Amino acid sequence: MAAKVLTVTSGKGGVGKTTTTANIAVALAALSYKVVCIDADIGLRNLDVVLGLENRIVYDVVDVVEGRCRLRQAMIRDKRLPELYLIPAAQTRDKNAISPSDMVRLCDELRNEVDWILIDSPAGIERGFRNALAPADMVLVVTNPEVSAVRDADRIIGLIEAEEKGPARLILNRVNMNLVKRGDMLNAEDVLELLAVELIGIVPEDEAVVVSTNRGQPVALDGKSKAGLAFQNIARRLNGEQVPFLSLDEKDGFFARLSRMFRSGGA
Amino acid sequence: MAGWLEQLLGKKDKSAEQAKERLKLVLIHDRTDLTPHQLEVMKNELLEVISRHVAIDPSAVKIDMAQDGREQRLIADIPLKPANARRR
Repeated sequence: MAAKVLTVTSGKGGVGKTTTTANIAVALAALSYKVVCIDADIGLRNLDVVLGLENRIVYDVVDVVEGRCRLRQAMIRDKRLPELYLIPAAQTRDKNAISPSDMVRLCDELRNEVDWILIDSPAGIERGFRNALAPADMVLVVTNPEVSAVRDADRIIGLIEAEEKGPARLILNRVNMNLVKRGDMLNAEDVLELLAVELIGIVPEDEAVVVSTNRGQPVALDGKSKAGLAFQNIARRLNGEQVPFLSLDEKDGFFARLSRMFRSGGA
Repeated sequence: MAGWLEQLLGKKDKSAEQAKERLKLVLIHDRTDLTPHQLEVMKNELLEVISRHVAIDPSAVKIDMAQDGREQRLIADIPLKPANARRR
């Protein structure tokens, strides 16, 4: 086994990095891969609550780096799936508690044990981001279809390329199709044209995400919701499968637009 | 009905279109680390240097940033005045 290290980042906070990391991890584990996710947001940990594993933390990533426990002891197993593990962040330390080379060493130790290592990056472009980026084989940039998130995504994509970790792949999260149809939200084509980057997922805005996060059960655990399905599709694309993009497909040949026009006109 | 007409008349006034146009400009400046003011200063200096050697019509000059994938290009279109016009 030689794991692939996947870093999930965004620049801007609050666009859904942690939710994305949790759900892709769950979706990959459901495809029978052995997955470890690492919360690199030291001081502001959240991947544990989004995964619903907050009550089982004994050791964290800083304990591993500082030698207070073995790597195995800090890996919390998610019992809902065959092989999903979380290495939580420390909550009472800061980003300087670990270094980029610590992260590289940690991932190298895991590489022969698992199939996928997912790293949830903190927001920002400072030390925490550098820690998360250092061991990455592939970087996923999460953004929302709005000006500030797209601008910050562009900045972070530039930094990823400068570190020779590119090409970054884009996840467009929280797309509201009603707003897009009305012309009041950037669509995937707009964002791709602006950022000139490869797309790997479009995740619709979905109340199921709020509900599932409340319960600590990621939406991708069951693929009934639209967002859950979108995350499962991302996991399949990561494994090289060709899966069509939902909202790109329904958009927007002349005839599709015409027929929608008549439908909305008639209604 | 309003949706109908708007679709027929195009989307230029839609907020998404505005967001895209604003982002285009912002990203150019973010990527190049040039403010619109600096770009203007640079244009004027370029024109000054060029007109030291050949006659140009400053009003016909176009200097703009263009996006090519993730690269930015400075594109200058500078029509030269014909030689006989210079002798007058």
